[in-house]
Amino acid sequence: MAGEGEKKAVLEMVQADGADEGCVTFVLHDEDHTLGNSLRYMIMKNADVEFCGYTITHPSESKINFRIQTRGGIPAAEPLRRGLNELSDVCQHVLNTFQGLFPSQDSRGVLWRS
Amino acid sequence: KDCSFYWRKPNTPRPLGKMAASMKNVEEIRNRVILGEFGVTNVHTTDFPGNYPGYDDTWNVEKFQKNFRIDVVHLDENSMEFDMVGIDAAIANAFRRILLAEVPTMAIEKVFIYSNTSIVQDEVLAHRLGLIPIKADPRLFEYRNTEEEGSEIDTIQLQLKIKCSRNPRASKDSSDPRELYLNHMVYSKDIKWVPIGNQADVFADCCIGPVHDDILIAQLRPGQELDIVMHCVKGIGKDHAKFSPVATASYRLLPEITLLEVVEGEKAERLKQCFSRGVIDLEDINGTKVAKVVNSRLDTCSREVLRHSDLKNVVKLGRVRDHFIFTVESTGILPPDVLVTEAIKVLMAKCQRFLNELDSTIME
Repeated sequence: MAGEGEKKAVLEMVQADGADEGCVTFVLHDEDHTLGNSLRYMIMKNADVEFCGYTITHPSESKINFRIQTRGGIPAAEPLRRGLNELSDVCQHVLNTFQGLFPSQDSRGVLWRS
Repeated sequence: KDCSFYWRKPNTPRPLGKMAASMKNVEEIRNRVILGEFGVTNVHTTDFPGNYPGYDDTWNVEKFQKNFRIDVVHLDENSMEFDMVGIDAAIANAFRRILLAEVPTMAIEKVFIYSNTSIVQDEVLAHRLGLIPIKADPRLFEYRNTEEEGSEIDTIQLQLKIKCSRNPRASKDSSDPRELYLNHMVYSKDIKWVPIGNQADVFADCCIGPVHDDILIAQLRPGQELDIVMHCVKGIGKDHAKFSPVATASYRLLPEITLLEVVEGEKAERLKQCFSRGVIDLEDINGTKVAKVVNSRLDTCSREVLRHSDLKNVVKLGRVRDHFIFTVESTGILPPDVLVTEAIKVLMAKCQRFLNELDSTIME
């Protein structure tokens, strides 16, 4: 994650031949339960999603297989994108609520306390 | 529709089976974790669309924002306790994991040992130095590229140069090392900052160095010396635990204790002893002492009451599934409220990274 020189794959899509666009397994690199579980929760809250789950294929490799199956022929990337946006909005709301409790902090938040 | 990939324990009751139960039971299954005598039930989040007829569980931003709140219970310069209500365990756990492992800090990484004649081995000394928390705001630095030479934007240079000698003014028959020797205990206050480049101007007002002055690094005897130069870099706890900015960060769910019947007299006294102090109080009603739940938040959920056969059916123990009591203890590098905001920003950055990646793959 820090200071990578060459380009590494971040997100891959794996689809079975013959399946429609609604059943896709995404491989997210350099991720674990932190993003996997929270993203799974947000995507499961979407009524168009028939199946959503993630696994960590091997604990020594930091990548997750994230599978989404939609109903109604919706391409699987769409609930993924929507889930990421909604998770980002949740974080923004939590951040605003939290920072609203400390109005005295300056925007950089650099506080040196002796 | 069925839920996610993770393994479901075989005898966990499925919510669909309990659909015939009463309204109250459904509410309890949706909102509470039940602490039973031999196990904990209703642990998983089940309020996904389609699981409960009559409930619309689709993600609703307004409903979330209306129910969500944060209450700070305790805040001082090193630790903080706050409540986060109305959020799911998956996201609360993500914040906890990020606080432990993905909020960056500065720590000593490269130790150049010019002279170490102490009894502590080089590698042990280097390991101890790495674990010392360094007071430098990591947001003002960048990650260091491993191939490049360290520069002022990604490296902090520190120096430890100390020599132990005999105290000429000690009395002849004293045996106290504090009197006999000078500099025989090497503390973290002996670590000095050596500014590189423009760091002396940029960080003129905030002194960079170890957070605590009294961390004992090594012990010396006369003639032994340490001459060490250290480079600090930015890193995350995932890489090495020395980069973790929290002493610990944890959460627990709010306990909920309900008394199913009136408990009075000696039984009430025993009931009070089963819980942590301050949870149950005895009220005087018409001369008899009646037990009342005063503050279930203080309970540590030891389930002691379930060990007494006459008391275990009187009480219902549970936890509120979306009320998280976070405790964040900082090592002193960043104040705990700054740590929480940084953790939330890290999760947002992760989402953004994949959104950008999705956009670029769709473009192709």
